[in-house]
Amino acid sequence: MLYREAGQFKASYAADQAIFPILQDRWIVIVALIAAFVLPTAFASDYWLQAVLIPFLIYALAALGLNLLLGYAGQLSLGTGGFMAVGAYATFKLTMAFPGLNILVVFLLAGLCAALVGLVFGIPSLRIKGFYLAVATLAAQFFLLWLFNKVPWFVDYASSGTITAPPRSVFGVMVTGPAASSAARYFVALSMVVLFAWMAKNLVRGRIGRSWMAIRDMDVAAEIIGIKPLPTKLLAFAVSSFLIGIAGAEFIFLYLGSAETLAFDINVSFLVLFMVILGGLGSILGSFLGAGFIVLIPILLANIPHLLGLSMPVDIQKDVELMVFGGLIIIFLILEPHGLARLWQIGKEKLRLWPFPH
Amino acid sequence: MDFLHAILTGPLTDIATDPVFFAEVVLGGLMAGVMYSLVALGFVLIFKASGVFNFAQGVMVLFSALTLVGFRELGVPMYLSLLLTVATMVILAIGIERVVLRPLVNQPDIILFMATIGLTFFLEGLGQILWGSDVKVLPINELGIYDGRLSLKVGGGSILISQLDLTAAVVATLLVAFLAVFFQKTRVGLALRAVADDHQGAMSVGIALKNIWVVVWAVAGFVAIVAGVMWGAKSGVQFSLALIALKALPVLILGGFTSVPGAIVGGLIIGVGEKIAEVYWGPAVGGAIENWFAYVLALIFLLFRPQGLFGERIIERV
Repeated sequence: MLYREAGQFKASYAADQAIFPILQDRWIVIVALIAAFVLPTAFASDYWLQAVLIPFLIYALAALGLNLLLGYAGQLSLGTGGFMAVGAYATFKLTMAFPGLNILVVFLLAGLCAALVGLVFGIPSLRIKGFYLAVATLAAQFFLLWLFNKVPWFVDYASSGTITAPPRSVFGVMVTGPAASSAARYFVALSMVVLFAWMAKNLVRGRIGRSWMAIRDMDVAAEIIGIKPLPTKLLAFAVSSFLIGIAGAEFIFLYLGSAETLAFDINVSFLVLFMVILGGLGSILGSFLGAGFIVLIPILLANIPHLLGLSMPVDIQKDVELMVFGGLIIIFLILEPHGLARLWQIGKEKLRLWPFPH
Repeated sequence: MDFLHAILTGPLTDIATDPVFFAEVVLGGLMAGVMYSLVALGFVLIFKASGVFNFAQGVMVLFSALTLVGFRELGVPMYLSLLLTVATMVILAIGIERVVLRPLVNQPDIILFMATIGLTFFLEGLGQILWGSDVKVLPINELGIYDGRLSLKVGGGSILISQLDLTAAVVATLLVAFLAVFFQKTRVGLALRAVADDHQGAMSVGIALKNIWVVVWAVAGFVAIVAGVMWGAKSGVQFSLALIALKALPVLILGGFTSVPGAIVGGLIIGVGEKIAEVYWGPAVGGAIENWFAYVLALIFLLFRPQGLFGERIIERV
């Protein structure tokens, strides 16, 4: 009843190929976008912006990148943390070398650097797949972090070995550095993630996305119908690393402020992988749902015992968090391999009939 | 120029001028390699029998070591706590088969792989909640293992060998011999090999797949205990044990996923290569290359021989 497409006729090809062909979907997206841009800047406290919403948007972008690679092209990567680090360090080097350059442009350039590195580490995917590829991407993870740790050039010879976000402004508003307000940083992160989600959505429903899915589903058949595995897989690695690299840059410049390579260790790779699995493999919406879920769980776990009047030591809480993450992954893989995005889809199916039984 | 010298000629002249030290480095590498092999062995067993790439093997090593020390700290005698640990790992194997593997039968391999990543996190949390997260010392003396140093006279100098490493090498040899007999000579071993060859074929001749999986995971748990005791004795029972165990992954790639001898040889190659690279080439690039050397070695290896040294050749034309 609430979600019926009956009576919505498409009179032109443009309408038929629209990104959201169903009226209700269009309204949901428009309302969600307006809410996302207006509500938090007006109502959310600094804590919510800084500790929940900004990391959520950044992780969502990283999950989006990994989802393109894993969910659409079917190539498992455990090197997400390493590629995020490439983005972060490239941003740092570029903005220190060209202080006048708009920081948003720098983000994009850093994404391109990450894409190049992703291309290099994607080359083995031509000969290997599955677990072998997972181990190969682990090589990227460890090697890249070691490189940033050992070569002082990457941190501009800072004795602390950390990179710090310098103050940069966009259109006269501070967006990075200690002086930037949470709202401004939230705004930048949101704009980026909306832009790239729109780009990704269009990418996966076009020729490129379909060739990725063909490779994922059966590589032999894909090659027979004329899809070249080499450029297709490499493109998936490049686009995925591009998004992940930008997410890594935002991670330092919009969220942490300053960090060393430890911020991008293998646990980050697993965290983003979990977001993709929980949210839904092969779903743009799923990346957002998964990121929100994983960002919120630690906060819930920290607050639930508090609300019940129990006190839980911090180290136990960390361990419980690990167990909950691990347990959820297994439960989701067994019960709902398509993740939270599939639950949303089931919900929509239900809404189509509700409140009538048939 | 200096850099080129430090990379191309320097290390080689170092090796030539002090062959005794080189021998010591190689020996140390071999011993470290034995440790990697012990972990890799557990991976290979499970992969052979069920086609599951068990990412959680490293955490099983940590978990078993934690359990052993935990029981010991409760005042249980050493050998009894060893038995209790074995029992725990068997229960764990049954639990994993019930809760994780059985519902995921016939899913793509990659899904099972990701499920074992989930298992990794779960066991990590569980182990630390049960037994605490501080570094523990494993009282290996009570198992009749002593940590001393033996001096070996060779040529003009002497080589130091850790007694513990030597014990690990002996234990690993015994373990492999035991596993070989188990796989080749017993009924269960025969069933395991049948399952490894062909799941459906094995089922059609009356082998109960779920029992076999419990056996395999229990055996892998047993191997994890051995590895846990050895690693724990070497570097203390602590969280980082699970990370060290990740090193078993390149070992597997080098040796092939389905080969027990491959796991051993791969471990030794990685151990030696890593030590030589660290000692001779490490200083030229800033050190600490041990962290990634194994992975990059495996990566290069993959490009030329994707099935590993001893793995089954999979022919695919894509």
